[in-house]
Amino acid sequence: MAKKKSGNVEFAPRGIGDEKSGAVQKGVDLPAATKSKHKDLGLSAAKLKAMYEQMYLQRRFEERAMQQYQKGKFGGFLHLYIGQEAVSTGTTFALNDDDDIITAYRDHGWGLCRGISANEGMAELFGKATGCSRGKGGSMHFAKAENHFWGGYGIVGGHIPIGGGLAFANKYEQNGRISTCFFGDGAVDQGALHETFNIAQLWKLPAIFVVENNGYSMGTAARRHTVADIVDRADGYGMKSAVINGMDVFSVYEKMKEIADDVRKNSEPWFVEIRTYRYRGHSMSDPQKYRTKEELEEYQKIDPIERLKTYILENDIAKEAALKKIEEKVEQEVLDAVEFADNSDFPKAEELYEDMFVEENPYFHT
Amino acid sequence: MAELQFREAIKAAIDEEMAKDEKVLIMGEEVAEYNGAYKTTEGLLDKYGYKRVIDTPISELGFAGIGVGAAMNGLRPIVEFMTFNFAVLAADQIINHASKVKYMTGGQINCPIVFRGPNASAGQLGATHSVAYDSMYAHFPGLKVIYTSEPGDAKGLLKSAIRDDNPVIFMESEQMYGLKGEVSDDEDYIIPIGKGKIKREGNDVTLVAHGKMYHLAVKAAEQLAKDGIECEIIDPRTVKPLDLPLIIESIKKTNRCVLLDEAHPFGGLAAEVGFLIQREAFDYLDAPVQRVTLPDVCAPFAKNLFDLWYPSVKQVVDAVNQVTYRN
Repeated sequence: MAKKKSGNVEFAPRGIGDEKSGAVQKGVDLPAATKSKHKDLGLSAAKLKAMYEQMYLQRRFEERAMQQYQKGKFGGFLHLYIGQEAVSTGTTFALNDDDDIITAYRDHGWGLCRGISANEGMAELFGKATGCSRGKGGSMHFAKAENHFWGGYGIVGGHIPIGGGLAFANKYEQNGRISTCFFGDGAVDQGALHETFNIAQLWKLPAIFVVENNGYSMGTAARRHTVADIVDRADGYGMKSAVINGMDVFSVYEKMKEIADDVRKNSEPWFVEIRTYRYRGHSMSDPQKYRTKEELEEYQKIDPIERLKTYILENDIAKEAALKKIEEKVEQEVLDAVEFADNSDFPKAEELYEDMFVEENPYFHT
Repeated sequence: MAELQFREAIKAAIDEEMAKDEKVLIMGEEVAEYNGAYKTTEGLLDKYGYKRVIDTPISELGFAGIGVGAAMNGLRPIVEFMTFNFAVLAADQIINHASKVKYMTGGQINCPIVFRGPNASAGQLGATHSVAYDSMYAHFPGLKVIYTSEPGDAKGLLKSAIRDDNPVIFMESEQMYGLKGEVSDDEDYIIPIGKGKIKREGNDVTLVAHGKMYHLAVKAAEQLAKDGIECEIIDPRTVKPLDLPLIIESIKKTNRCVLLDEAHPFGGLAAEVGFLIQREAFDYLDAPVQRVTLPDVCAPFAKNLFDLWYPSVKQVVDAVNQVTYRN
C-alpha cells in the first residue's frame, strides 16, 4: 500500500505576487511596438485622423455608457473595452470591409468600428427598439450583420467554432473573404478553442483566431488560469502564429494586414495573441483586488489613444486644433447618442415574440 | 412510390436536396469515406465530392459550431451526429447559439441548419448511449424537433427540415434504419413540420406515440383488437411544433388516452402532453391519462434488466386496460 504523504495541498496558483520572490507579476508582457512610420504602412494623414476619431469614439462612448449605467439608465451587464481600442481599430483598418468579424461580449468597440452608430449602440445598451439589435441583445450582443460584424457572444469560447464556420462558408463559396474571431484570454482554456483549431488547420480554413490577452480572465491572472504562453497553443496544431503589441495601433494594423494577406492567399488559419490591457473591471461590479493600482497606471501611461495623438502631433500630420475638433465632434456625437437612447421607445410588447423564427406567424408553445 | 428502408429514405431526402441546392452540404463523423456509420450517406461522397460531403474529427462541439457559423454565413449545412447521445457535447452550439442567434441580434441573422442522427436507446449499449433527447431540445425556444417513426414520414419531413430557414433537430433510430416502408419518389414530396398523423383509427382509446414507440403502440393495438378494444394511434411526428389539435380531437372521440414516450418520465413529452390534455380536454376524459415511459433510471446493460427498463407492449396493454377500467 502506498504511504500517505504529508504537506499542504494546493491546486490553483495563488495571489498577485510571484510565489517564490513575492514580486508582483504583470498582467501581460508587451512585445516591442513596430518602428514603422505611417507612410511605411501606407496610411495617409486622413486615415490616421480617421483612426484617431474611431479610437476616441470608442473611449468616449464607453465612458458615457458607464456614466449612464451608474445613473441607473439601464441594467444588465456592461463589459467595457476601454484600453483595448487599438486592437479593434488596427484590425478593422487592416481588413477588407467585407471580411467577417465575430467577437465575445466585450463588443462595443468592435461594433462601432464596423458601422454601428453611436446612436444605435447606446440605444441597444438602453434596451431600446432603435438599438442595433432592436433591444433584444443588450451590451453583450451588438451586431451588424450587413457589415459582416456577426456580433458579440456571451458564452466564453462558444463563438470560436462559429468563427471557424464563417471561414468555412467563405472557403466553400470561394468568395475571397476571410474571417476573424476575437476572444479573451479566458476562452483559451475552453475545449471549443482546441476543437476548432484542430479542424481549422486540418480543413485549411481562411480564419484568424485572435486572443485579446488583457491579462485577466475576469479576476484570474493569466498565469493563474493557463499554462505557458498562450500563443504557444498554435504550435500543437502546426498553426501559424504571432504576438502583437495591442497598445499600439500601428503594430496591430501592420501585422494584421500582413496576416490577412497571407490568409487570403494561402487559405490557412492563424492564431494571434494580441497583448493589451483593460483599464476597467471585468464588468461594472468588479472590485479589482486581483491587480495593483500601479499596474493599471503603468498601462495608462502607454495609452493607445494618447500614443496615436502624440504621433500625429510630433509628425506634424495634424495640428492640436484639428484633433481638438475631432474630439469635440465625437463628444457631441456621444452626447447626442445618450439623448437619442433616452428618448427612444422601448420595444413594443408584441416584439417579445418577434425574431424567434423566420416565419411571419410562427408556432409558440403555450 | 417505392418501398425503401428508413436509411434509404433519409439518404434520398439528403440526395435530392443536395442536388437541388448547391448550398446544402453534409458533415459529420464517418459520413464521407466510410459512407456513413449507419449508411445514411452511402454514395453521397462519390456523387457530390469532398467539398460537400465532409468527414469530421470526433469533435461534436467543434463541428456543430462550424456548422452554425456556416449557416449564419449563407450555407445550409446538415450536421450529422453519430447519435444524439454524443450531441450533448455540442449542446452549447445547439442550445446557446443556433437557437438564439436570430433573436439576440434582433432578427439580423438566420441559422438554417439541420442537426440529425439517431436518438434514444438502441439496445444494450449501456447508460451513456441510450437517452432520448427530443423533449430536451423541444424545451428550448427557437428549435424545431422532429422524431419520425416510418420511412415515408422521414423523407418528407427531412426534406422540409433541410428547406427550413430555422435550426431543426431531426431524429432517427439505429434500430429503425432497416425498417421498410412506402416512400414517395416525388422530388418535391414534403410533409409540413408540425403536422401529426392518425395512423390507426379506433374509438376506444387514443395512443400518442412517436419514433420507436409508434411501433410499440401498433403491437399493443393489434393485441388489444383481439380483445375488442380499438385503439386510435396518433403519431405527432414533430415534437415541436406539436400538433395538439389532432390529439385533442381524437380524445374528444375516445375519451381515454395513453401516452408512449421513450424518454424518462420527468418533464418529457408525455408529461407535457398530459398537462395539455387536462387543460384542453378535461371535460372529455373518462379516466386519468396514463403514460408508458422509461423509468427514472439509467439504461442498464444486463439483458434482463434492460428488458425491465425498456417500455414493453405489456405495459401499454396494461395502461390501456387501466384507462378503460378493464382490470
